[in-house]
Amino acid sequence: MPRQQIHSGTGGWLFLAVVLTGYGISFLLNPESTTEAFTFFRRVMRQVLPVLGLVFLLLFFANLLLAPAKVNKYLGRESGLKGWLASVVAGIFSMGPVYAWYAVMAELQQKGMRTALIATFLYSRAVKLPLLPLMIYYFGLSYTLILCLYLVVFSVISGILIERLLPQKI
Amino acid sequence: MQTENHLKQCLLKTIRTFIDILPIIIGMLLATSLVITLFPEEISTGLFGKGDIPDAMLGATIGSIAAGHPLASYLLGGELLSGGVSLIAVTALLVTWVTVGIVQLPAEALMLGTRFAVYRNIISFGIAIIIALLTVYTLQLLGAA
Repeated sequence: MPRQQIHSGTGGWLFLAVVLTGYGISFLLNPESTTEAFTFFRRVMRQVLPVLGLVFLLLFFANLLLAPAKVNKYLGRESGLKGWLASVVAGIFSMGPVYAWYAVMAELQQKGMRTALIATFLYSRAVKLPLLPLMIYYFGLSYTLILCLYLVVFSVISGILIERLLPQKI
Repeated sequence: MQTENHLKQCLLKTIRTFIDILPIIIGMLLATSLVITLFPEEISTGLFGKGDIPDAMLGATIGSIAAGHPLASYLLGGELLSGGVSLIAVTALLVTWVTVGIVQLPAEALMLGTRFAVYRNIISFGIAIIIALLTVYTLQLLGAA
């Protein structure tokens, strides 16, 4: 994983332009569904806005309070068991869409966060605390507990695997 | 004065970062909305029933392509289960729904690096199949399935 600036730069705008072009083509082929999709987008955007506010605050505090040395200590190569635990717990408690968290992870990566812990954080997000009652309702308590246990264990394994595959960039 | 400058610098850096990620997030939301609207929600249960591993792979593939709130995966999973699809396939779908993101891949690659994004998604796909098998086998072992 490259130690890059969080840079959508032109890439981000290009991505948006490609998506908008897709909308344009889709509108020509199927105006009704495309309008429906845009209405859906506006509804989701309204739901995502508070999460974006939270992301902005987290980015600000990460910039303000987290010096690279501190990140290295708690989430870097030498963080040990505490680092794994911190990324699993943070992943489980993180809210909102995953792409909103990429920026926070990229920021922490620049400050020295281990690649493995980023992958672990992203995987442990699969345990959705607020949705657990619903999962229990649909699939049962035993199923939910066993699945969550495996998700936590494998979030660490995914981190280890990623770090083995991308060792030279750490 | 120094603290004030530090605060100002941090705020400016955060705003710059935020402006950078904004087109990605808006693009992602637009793409997700289009995918959800254009592609049919109901998946033919006839595609399943070809054995544990093929079913798990199919479930994992559907979950990887699908985009939307995890809640939707529970609803779909519940429907599939009642339609006779195996718990292994449904579990693989539930897990990849939240761990693999084909639609999110461009955004992940832009912010965390292409190699990281590709490897992470491939690993997550494989792990989802293992988790699906382990979960159901563990349930059977405990007599809870």
